[in-house]
Amino acid sequence: MDAQVREITYSQAIREALALALERDPSVYLMGEDIGVYGGAFQVTGDLVERFGEDRVMDMPISELAGAGVSVGAALTGMKPVFEFQFSDFATLAMEQIVNQAAKLRYMLGGAVSVPLVMRFPAGSGTGAAAQHSQSLEAWFAHVPGLKVVQPSTPYDAKGLLLAAIEDPDPVMIFEHKLLYKTKGRVPEGYYTVPLDKAEIVRTGEHASVVATSIMVHKALAAAERLAGEGIDLEVIDLRSLRPIDRDTIIRSASKTGRVMSVYEGVKTLGIGTEISAIIAESEAFDLLDAPIIRLGAAETPVPYNPDLERASVPQEEDIVEAARKLVKGLV
Amino acid sequence: MADQKDRVGGAAGRANLPEIYQALSAEELAEALRKMRLIRAFEEGAEQAYMRGLIHGTMHLSIGQEASAVGACIPLSDADYITSTHRGHGHCIAKGADVKRMFAEFFGKTDGYCRGRGGSMHIADVAKGNLGANGIVGGGLPIAVGAALSIKKRKGNEVAMCFFGDGANNEGAFHEALNMAAIWKLPVVFVCENNRYGMSTSVERSTAVEHIADRAAAYRMPGVTVEGNVFREIATASREAVDRARAGEGPTLIESRTYRWRGHSKSDRNRYRTKEEIEDWRENRDPIALFEDDLKRHGLIDDGAIAEIAASVEREIAEAIDFASASPAPSTDNLTKYVYTEA
Repeated sequence: MDAQVREITYSQAIREALALALERDPSVYLMGEDIGVYGGAFQVTGDLVERFGEDRVMDMPISELAGAGVSVGAALTGMKPVFEFQFSDFATLAMEQIVNQAAKLRYMLGGAVSVPLVMRFPAGSGTGAAAQHSQSLEAWFAHVPGLKVVQPSTPYDAKGLLLAAIEDPDPVMIFEHKLLYKTKGRVPEGYYTVPLDKAEIVRTGEHASVVATSIMVHKALAAAERLAGEGIDLEVIDLRSLRPIDRDTIIRSASKTGRVMSVYEGVKTLGIGTEISAIIAESEAFDLLDAPIIRLGAAETPVPYNPDLERASVPQEEDIVEAARKLVKGLV
Repeated sequence: MADQKDRVGGAAGRANLPEIYQALSAEELAEALRKMRLIRAFEEGAEQAYMRGLIHGTMHLSIGQEASAVGACIPLSDADYITSTHRGHGHCIAKGADVKRMFAEFFGKTDGYCRGRGGSMHIADVAKGNLGANGIVGGGLPIAVGAALSIKKRKGNEVAMCFFGDGANNEGAFHEALNMAAIWKLPVVFVCENNRYGMSTSVERSTAVEHIADRAAAYRMPGVTVEGNVFREIATASREAVDRARAGEGPTLIESRTYRWRGHSKSDRNRYRTKEEIEDWRENRDPIALFEDDLKRHGLIDDGAIAEIAASVEREIAEAIDFASASPAPSTDNLTKYVYTEA
């Protein structure tokens, strides 16, 4: 990869991936609400309609169910739709087509079809948009065989995972945290992909493993920097993919450190951290644990409006710091 | 059949025929009748196999609705798409499926259209353009619109025909799908098979308009109500709608009025309708009897040819059941095969 590497934002990285895919493959098209001249609610598609025209960058009526179903039908018949939900919360209006149709058609039809569909979901809290525009529902989708579910945390992964998703023959759901759209990172100019089934160890450490998703990766890294001053050495894993989940990386890290915490923005109970705990409990790493596993997830409440309440409803850097101190107690 | 062809082949004879009979050859009409009889025999065979415990689960029979499926599909080729419903055996056969592989699917065997993963409610025949039956009421509506969007994007001449029932016309998916097809002028033909009951709830109790086709006006597309048990009516309406779609003039909604003789599924005790009502439809509006009488009246078929069709259908069903019985069952080792595309 000798292409130029620059600092660009997460949303620019997504737009760059979409443009590359539109240029390379005439069967790729984008569909969503206000993704044309408006540029998308979060300005992700931006000027793509001017570059590729309204046939490739299609605005649609506010009809999430039909929009999702039209994407399924187009994917079944030779197209590669990239569908944008304006907010991930609105996927609740389209669950029928995602869960009953997109996820199951290949299986129900005995392999006679595939559904090469990509759906993008702006997710997460922190914008003051309250309970119906701030959810983190990715674990719902990760519970459905037939779907693949990824959560990029960096501009590099946002671009590479999206291009891998568009290449993939099966339906891939991409959860993008809204607060990440303006964050910057180093991204190569050209075409590259990031595997849809691999976690990444983003900081190696000896004392405890923190398995984090999406924006929580950044909070975990910041917490790890603070704790380094106290002599606590955290390993931070960016899970990246919820389905399939990279069991090996989780088990290997847990076996090495013997102490594990998961951090995620979805509701704690029955969330992705629950699965991480279970993977470890069912593996050879269980015998190597030196402390109970900790989960940090969102509070058991709809996301509130008031900024202090909103902040309190999801794990923050200080929560990770505090939990990590507890996790390594007696060791450091 | 040779003498018959001569008879209808004469210029004067053909000119007096109804337009749809002029548009189709005697062979095509005989084939349409054969398919209607094949659907009936297939479903009767499936029902018997179910009683004998050869079929697992449930099934939704379309006995009494055969003209609607065959008439609607008559202007379609293998390159055109259909989406179907939980009551989809007729659509599948009308679009050209092999009853051998259909029975194999019902029996859960590896030679089935879905290799035993789908069963009655998910039968598809992608090579013939059938994108599948669907277990969700209204599930196929947006999918058909998506197939039509693909056609438009590749500047194709094909159409997507979407079958659904009266029950689906009150689903949000129906309204969203019709609107999208209309604003983008997509080549879709929506065929609402109104068999008067969504499970037990009559159209009168469920639907605010008298004619489901009236709902087309809300989406600025033509809407037409036809007697779906009269082959000529549904075939004529379908041909017009398909021609319109192929010409780039956009979607049409056809309401095909019909009736299912059997219950909704195997659990139905028919408590929401009278025996007299069912008898009336069976005696007076059997689509196969109506079609045969009409073809005979116009000199397009005779009793001998009908008897030949009946015998060939019987043979085909018997062979299909033998084929399905002999087909191997899937191995449980392959339980998760086809969840994802294998690398």
